[in-house]
Amino acid sequence: MSDTRIFERATRFLSALPHCQVLGLRVHQADTQGMTLILPYSSRIVGNPLNGVIHGGALTSLMDTTCGIATLCVLAEFEVCPTLDLRIDYMHPAEPHRDVYGFAQCYRVTPDIIFTRGFAYQDDPNQPIAHVVGTFMRMGKGITGGKGLAGAINGGAV
Amino acid sequence: MSEDLKALLHEAHAQGNYGPLLERIPYAQLIGIECSRVGDELLFRLPANRDNIGNPLLPAIHGGVIAGFMELAAALHLLVFTGSSGLPEIIDFSLDYLRAGQFRDTYATCQVCRQGRRVANVAITAWQSTLQEPIATARAHFKIEENN
Repeated sequence: MSDTRIFERATRFLSALPHCQVLGLRVHQADTQGMTLILPYSSRIVGNPLNGVIHGGALTSLMDTTCGIATLCVLAEFEVCPTLDLRIDYMHPAEPHRDVYGFAQCYRVTPDIIFTRGFAYQDDPNQPIAHVVGTFMRMGKGITGGKGLAGAINGGAV
Repeated sequence: MSEDLKALLHEAHAQGNYGPLLERIPYAQLIGIECSRVGDELLFRLPANRDNIGNPLLPAIHGGVIAGFMELAAALHLLVFTGSSGLPEIIDFSLDYLRAGQFRDTYATCQVCRQGRRVANVAITAWQSTLQEPIATARAHFKIEENN
């Protein structure tokens, strides 16, 4: 699948998820090697009102979404893949007033399970603010997440 | 922690009303977490809210929101029960999703499994129908400030 098509599918997937719209998540980069999303800084996602640092929950939403959408990088067709588990290690707090980037890749794909890993960073990918691993279950091509979702995300012809 | 936040916490615990404290945390307001005291325990509630939906077709709550809810619940639980002088700082968070979070109210309770001088381990359970059928379980480590 071409990188452009992965990017387009990721953008359509994101736009279908209400909470991701609330957070203002955007696709930064998408290809067969992985997915990068952006979580824009906003005063609404602050967890510590004394220093303006964003809450870990917003970061978790970014990374759960990034890992979940990274499955598009390795699947020929859209499949619903619910999260089985997720682990986040926080390296250091995010800098206030700066966007956060989330990168994820799939490092093992089996008929039932997709293993993903990634990290969140601000300016420098070599100084991550959090590391994440997530495991996703493949529900199969037959289960499309409801009428029209798979078609809408695949963008018509596959 | 600033003096007024400390005063808010003291007042909240005395009256069993955590609303004013939660109003100071923007992320808590964004997802809509509520906290009440039931006997000597804390019960957290996340009212059904369209903005928290991840899968619009089921519809189901976004897994990240469930995680954020549980993480926030654990931090507040620690803040209330350890008498920590600062906001607990999260070290790591590990979450198992057991069932889809339906579009309805979600509840969470926490248990401090181990509290050392610098680090605390908290287990969190989130459910919608009954505590015996959790939608997610999690554990988290927090760095807590040593009380002088």
